[in-house]
Amino acid sequence: MTKKIKNLNLNFGPQHPAAHGVLRLILELDGEVVEKADPHIGLLHRGTEKLIENKTYMQAVPYFDRLDYVAPMNQEHAFALAIEKILKIDVPIRAQYIRVVFCEIGRILSHILNVTTQALDVGALTPSLWGFEERETLMTFYERASGSRLHANYFRAGGVHQDLPKGLEEDISNFCDSFPKVINDLESLLTDNRIFKQRNVDIGIVSKEDALDYSFSGVMIRGSGVPWDLRKSQPYDCYEDLDFKIPVGKNGDCYDRYLCRIEEMKESVSIIKQCLSKMEKGPVKSLDGKISPPSKKDIKQSMEALIHHFKLFTEGYRVPKDEIYTAVEAPKGEFGVYLISDGSSKPYKCKIRAPGFSHLQSMDYLIKGHMLADVPAVLGSLDIVFGEVDR
Amino acid sequence: MNSLEDLEKKINSELTTKINNSEIKHNQIYLETDKDDFLDVILFLKTNLDTKFRQLIDITVVDYPENNQRFQVVYLFLSHEFNQRLVLKYSISENEVIPSLTSVFPAANWMEREVFDMYGVNFKDHPDLRRILTDYGFEGHPLRKDFPLTGHSEVRYSEDQKKVISEPVKLEQNYRNFDYESPWEGTKYIKEEIENNDKKN
Repeated sequence: MTKKIKNLNLNFGPQHPAAHGVLRLILELDGEVVEKADPHIGLLHRGTEKLIENKTYMQAVPYFDRLDYVAPMNQEHAFALAIEKILKIDVPIRAQYIRVVFCEIGRILSHILNVTTQALDVGALTPSLWGFEERETLMTFYERASGSRLHANYFRAGGVHQDLPKGLEEDISNFCDSFPKVINDLESLLTDNRIFKQRNVDIGIVSKEDALDYSFSGVMIRGSGVPWDLRKSQPYDCYEDLDFKIPVGKNGDCYDRYLCRIEEMKESVSIIKQCLSKMEKGPVKSLDGKISPPSKKDIKQSMEALIHHFKLFTEGYRVPKDEIYTAVEAPKGEFGVYLISDGSSKPYKCKIRAPGFSHLQSMDYLIKGHMLADVPAVLGSLDIVFGEVDR
Repeated sequence: MNSLEDLEKKINSELTTKINNSEIKHNQIYLETDKDDFLDVILFLKTNLDTKFRQLIDITVVDYPENNQRFQVVYLFLSHEFNQRLVLKYSISENEVIPSLTSVFPAANWMEREVFDMYGVNFKDHPDLRRILTDYGFEGHPLRKDFPLTGHSEVRYSEDQKKVISEPVKLEQNYRNFDYESPWEGTKYIKEEIENNDKKN
């Protein structure tokens, strides 16, 4: 007697704790082996690009916080750089350092979340409890600088919104002293952990060639042994003056990507330390009154400042007709903004290039032939956040 | 090629008539080509040893409703070897079908799906051209300039029918787009009025 066996279709998500958000993954299973994976995305689509086309440049900044909401300021950075390059304005050196400090804080925020939740997905609970305590400290730094823990709205074209409050530099520096110990603790839980290695080593291997073909960036491409980091290769702001290393993986599997993230956190700590030691007092935003708003004190005394303030917060500043693509090394990979300005105070088009989008589309290629239980491990190491994938 | 100027020269001499316009700005090279030539151009850029644009960063479309050829398709490339970025553009009209890049760059798959979803541009030979970001059963192409910001329909849970339903958008107050341009430089409606008067005279 012969029996016909049919492949099983399984819906993974959209409400699954290991789906890292609202991912609906349709898996075709042959027994426990995945034959095909079809991610359905867009459940968090908010039309960010359309909204930005209808807002002034300054009003568009908060939308960038809501993309990759784990590392908000890194996104704002890309947008700010795009406008600065079109307007050809210089950013005061102190503002550059502040921006780099907060971008690196964002990188640590994102990597802690990723490393610990990946561990959670494969069965380790403690790392997330330890890691989230540190994230809370970092988000307090966000709050003290910008006023909010998550949606900072802090970077502006030409600098940052306001100077750091008293004592914050010291506290960040203290954090830098204590944080490496936490990384070591996390590592002692995971790096040599037998279960963690069994679940991650040789899972989701990406070759160098495929990493290029699938348009990978960030840790996804470095894990496969390509030493490519935009902070080094196309430096922006003050990254040129800083001394840091680019960790590169060997095998391109989930475990190597985990190791890269751990090492990157250590490098970030060193970058923050360098910035804090080099930082000097000075202006934190462009002095051009047509672009950055005047101080409250000036508004009370100067007619011109008052007019500038009024014009900036109604019409906004105008950006001459031009087009540009700028990219930054966000924690998840190359985050880019393709901006077309038409001379008015609103962008004509703002295409957001999110790293997670191209990483997630390779899900089918990565997971084919793996077991069902490897799906969360691979998904975890892709570092997907749906805010940026769905935009 | 080590410098952008050399790269521009190289591309122009190798592809001659296929490049309509080339420009270097913001440390990137911007090329304009035609719909019929763009595949050749991309294949050249990807495989030539002096260019090696191995990575497709993104595909997008810019909508200019007032133009005859309404859509401008934009491809962004990156060369790791030479650390250079390249932007390739060409224009098409509304109902034109363009060849898919999926066989050259696997990464083009979702990017083209997104372009199809957002702008309604069709791709020939695409393995799986479905909507990607919008809801199941969505109508229209949201990033076109003539698509209203508020959209056409909204979704809510109906207590009567005990299910999620979609119905035309009802707004207490329409989305208002204020014209803040400096009055002394002439706001839009004044400029238009002046232009109309000029035409009459």
